[in-house]
Amino acid sequence: MLTLLGIAVVVLGFLIRVNPLLVIAVAALVTGLAAGMDAVHIIAVFGKAFNESRYVTVVFIVLPVIGLLERFGLQERARMLIAKMRGATTSRLLIFYLGFRQIMAAIGLASATGGQAQIVRPLLAPMAEAAAETHYGPLPQKTHDLIRAHAAAADNVGVFFGEDIFLAIGSILLIKGFLEQNGIIVQPLALSVWAIPTAICAFLIHGTRLLLLERRIKHEAAKAGAE
Amino acid sequence: MITLEHVYIFAGLIFGSIAVASALDRANPKRFGNAAFWGLLAASFLFGSHLSDFENGLLVLALVVIGGFNFLGKSAPPTTTPAQQSEIAARLGNWLFAPALIIPFVALLGTLFLKNAQFDGAPLLDAKQVTLISLGLGVVIALIVLMAWLKPSLLAPVQEGRRLADTIGWATILPQMLAALGAVFAASGVGTAVGHIATTYLPLGTPFAAVLTYCIGMALFTAIMGNAFAAFPVMTAAIGLPLIVHQFHGDVVIMAAIGMLAGFCGALTTPMAANFNIVSAALLDLDRNAVIKAQIPTAIPLLVVNLLLMYFLVFRF
Repeated sequence: MLTLLGIAVVVLGFLIRVNPLLVIAVAALVTGLAAGMDAVHIIAVFGKAFNESRYVTVVFIVLPVIGLLERFGLQERARMLIAKMRGATTSRLLIFYLGFRQIMAAIGLASATGGQAQIVRPLLAPMAEAAAETHYGPLPQKTHDLIRAHAAAADNVGVFFGEDIFLAIGSILLIKGFLEQNGIIVQPLALSVWAIPTAICAFLIHGTRLLLLERRIKHEAAKAGAE
Repeated sequence: MITLEHVYIFAGLIFGSIAVASALDRANPKRFGNAAFWGLLAASFLFGSHLSDFENGLLVLALVVIGGFNFLGKSAPPTTTPAQQSEIAARLGNWLFAPALIIPFVALLGTLFLKNAQFDGAPLLDAKQVTLISLGLGVVIALIVLMAWLKPSLLAPVQEGRRLADTIGWATILPQMLAALGAVFAASGVGTAVGHIATTYLPLGTPFAAVLTYCIGMALFTAIMGNAFAAFPVMTAAIGLPLIVHQFHGDVVIMAAIGMLAGFCGALTTPMAANFNIVSAALLDLDRNAVIKAQIPTAIPLLVVNLLLMYFLVFRF
């Protein structure tokens, strides 16, 4: 039971907003010690796992390209493009992207076709903001922040509730492997079919929220304009 | 054969050049903190495969000290002003989107077509890592196109990359740190302990109670671990298989598929899923929890939907 102290450290650390890097280091130390490991062993286990997880951080190799594109006005261009499309609203744009992302993830192209650094920051977020400004005029900062957060959220929801429809995604393979260890053989196709109802519901729920977002943006812009 | 190791070396060179540019940035009072942070990360990518586990652990500890105790400064490398950006954007027109789409396009084509490509009778690249290798390839091609077309100074990609890297700051390594914490949790038996608590103290006497506990347990445990992959084996071994499948004769495929998705609802709500929820907020210059706040009102109804879907489907097929 003592090993659960690490979880308590994580929860507490995030609640009182200590720097997460420190929280994680302390949680790892506490957990390891509670399980009877010595400090050297814990550092080695942690170092090995960190090294083997470098693929998580390697996506930041896109930063020089994204930075260069911003230097040459990519975000501005994205805004100009959206401002010209009269029918483009923030909610329509984000709903379209949500669906696109779900479908791409469902055919196994999640990491190839989107992402926070590659698409959301340079393209999707500025477009979503520009669509709102085109319709409602200048927006207060909190509305800008709200729209940006929703651009990031559309990307996440799209990937999470699309990728499990793809047969060869890690989570499906993990399920298959785990059940096999327990003597149950399942086909990946059967698993991915049962991810479809949730994917549809995710699109409906999040899409509805995005429609409501449009009203909120309009309201906040009108309120800021009246002040 | 091109492997992930080559992409790591490329990443190491990028972080290394950001480190050098940081050290030379006299405008940043904490420039040596930035230089040390990006330099150590570069070392991890360049030499991590050749260091011992303990040495890699010390390297992480150094990163934690620099990032955790605020030794990183915000840099402001020279870039274009918004007015200049508008002027350039108007001049270049929609062609500007072309290089932006090179990375996803190459990653897409590579994933689809390069998997079994051969060169001189040997495989061209490691088929298991085809997407990440294609991503690296896309970055190289996009850089070449941009440099040839717009002819910025040779240092521009480094300085622009540094601008964004310092925007993300210490959160750059947060997802990788959490993955490593997951390994320590696993080695210490945290999962088994959680499963033990769930089965000992929770009411599981009816099919609905079992489904309820399993789905909420997946979401909560995923929120704690930041990853449904860590939660799934624990919750399924503790509740899913013995109760839903064996005792109440539910369908194992439906339970597993929807159970995993219940976990994903938890992932929408937690700072522990840092690459989705925290790095994105840093990239967009938002409050740390802004993206999570935008996602929670979707996560909760969707969890309820998963719970009901499982309850109405799992005992029917």
